[in-house]
Amino acid sequence: MRSADLIRFARDAATGNPLRASLLVLAMAIGVAAVVVLTALGDGARRYVMNEFSSLGSNLVIVLPGRSQTGGFSPGNAITNTTRDLTIDDAQALSRASAVARVAPLVVGTSEISAGGKLREVMVAGTVSQYAEVRNMAMAQGRFLTAGDWGRGASEAVIGAKVRDEIFGNTPALGQLVRVGDRRFRIVGVLATSGQGLSMNTDELVFVPVSIAQSMFNTNTLFRILIEANGRNAIEAAKAQVADIIKLRHEGEQDVTVITQDAVLATFDKLLGALTLGVAGIAAISLAVAGILVMNVMLVSVSQRTAEIGLLKALGATGSGIRMVFLTEAIMLSLAGALVGYGLGQLAAAVIRQLYPTFPAYPPDWAVIAGLATAMVTGILFGVLPARRAAQLDPVQALSKR
Amino acid sequence: MATQIQLAGIERVFHLGDSEVHALRNLNLSIAAGEYVAVMGPSGSGKSTLLNLLGLLDRPNTGLYRLEGRDVTTLSSDEQARVRSERIGFVFQSFHLVPRLTAAENIALPMVLAGMAPAQRNARVKQALKDYGLENRADHRPDELSGGQRQRVAIARATIMQPAMILADEPTGNLDRATGEEVIRLLEALNAQGVTLIMVTHDAALGARAHRQLLMEDGAVQHDQRRETSTPSTVTPACAAPT
Repeated sequence: MRSADLIRFARDAATGNPLRASLLVLAMAIGVAAVVVLTALGDGARRYVMNEFSSLGSNLVIVLPGRSQTGGFSPGNAITNTTRDLTIDDAQALSRASAVARVAPLVVGTSEISAGGKLREVMVAGTVSQYAEVRNMAMAQGRFLTAGDWGRGASEAVIGAKVRDEIFGNTPALGQLVRVGDRRFRIVGVLATSGQGLSMNTDELVFVPVSIAQSMFNTNTLFRILIEANGRNAIEAAKAQVADIIKLRHEGEQDVTVITQDAVLATFDKLLGALTLGVAGIAAISLAVAGILVMNVMLVSVSQRTAEIGLLKALGATGSGIRMVFLTEAIMLSLAGALVGYGLGQLAAAVIRQLYPTFPAYPPDWAVIAGLATAMVTGILFGVLPARRAAQLDPVQALSKR
Repeated sequence: MATQIQLAGIERVFHLGDSEVHALRNLNLSIAAGEYVAVMGPSGSGKSTLLNLLGLLDRPNTGLYRLEGRDVTTLSSDEQARVRSERIGFVFQSFHLVPRLTAAENIALPMVLAGMAPAQRNARVKQALKDYGLENRADHRPDELSGGQRQRVAIARATIMQPAMILADEPTGNLDRATGEEVIRLLEALNAQGVTLIMVTHDAALGARAHRQLLMEDGAVQHDQRRETSTPSTVTPACAAPT
């Protein structure tokens, strides 16, 4: 049989029974649509997290006190105690490294802020003027902390947007005096709303100079040192230089952990990539179910069309010719289902993007290709058995069925 | 007269549970090209089995079947399909038209299966529609055709590949007398052009019109009777030769 005739014959056979054909197409479409939508959700989550992390700041290198046994980011880093602490002097020494553009030390503690009879518990972050540039922070009003000697800061504070709202309401905050803990500060700036973020929410923070924060919390250690490298290519060099300098200053002991934003990103990327893959695997099960349905329906079709198969044999069709007819029909139906499913899936992903504009729910290319290919393969695979059965029918018996 | 079909020592045994049914027993038969043979006999006498064997739809358990001098019992099923496609046309009692295809498409089906070029197909279908008076029925589906029209479509389909023989299994069984007569005349006209016609029938009157009657009983030929008035010898050998 010529391939054009084969395709036409299979098409006529498929459309000859519209209910059967549309059920098959529907089953396959649901499977493919599930793959497209679920991977769009999984990959959307991955992209969302990546975006959030990128907004932390660019070319970021973070120094944590304490040595991490495992490389990269681990929750243990946040709670490890260290024998030799990070100090402001360490931070100042780091700013002299060639690959480092900016350094910002960070001290964190909780305290209370009060003004005009209102009291609120807040996180207090002690840092220096460079912090705003390292973290790409935008100001709503005023300015960030003044540059100057890190060991001697002025009594000025920068507050987050939420703190401003709760303490001052509609009255102007800039230039007001507030009490944080047992000290008084003048408010010099209000941060712009940062929106949702995976990191510390700057909306609820109060920034004060690092030296004052240290004396407030009665400590001389640092919580973190944030470093901005000279560029994307300098990140690795900065990391190595930072480790070397700290080692030198800490009597040859490598007792800090230096992590890069890339490492954190890579970890999340891997994690959420695996999630997407897992979700795609679950969706693939529905494709397998669709494949089994294809097989069942085609088997029913073969037994319904025994007389026709017998006739085709009597008219000179070979076994392989009949096999091809049924296989082509199964493939065509699977392909139609896959295309319909692809359209439905893309539509659903677009609807999700409309409903949640911040969530980039685009199905990854590999998932779309894998979904379509799996649909085709299941169609062929589960079409083979019915096609073989049709080809092996005894023409005498097939024809005797009236 | 060239011997077209030669059966020697054909046995066909069916197993029904524990019992063996001998549908054909030690059958010896030879049919010349261009003959008009009616196969008659009671139900279960082996008529249909014989026709299926002749049409290569079934294989004998033992025995030799030579078609045009060639042993066809040992051919592979694909080679047998090729012989069916090129040399044999079938006409069935219940027409066996594909319901979703139009009359023209049904007629074209053997050529489609043989992989013939569409241009050649269309020319032949057009001619066949004209020959069988189906020109204004070309685009009708079988359920829109009368019984006689359906059987004419089936005969057109059986002859479209210009076979050397036509095997008809009760071709008038589902038709009334007048349409049946019309169908038989079509088949006889084909026979007159040199195509071998082998027809299974219950109808004694119909059988009597054939030039040769085979009366079967219990899987064997009881009577092999030739009518002398119009022998196939009137047919010129040139027409009988495969075209």
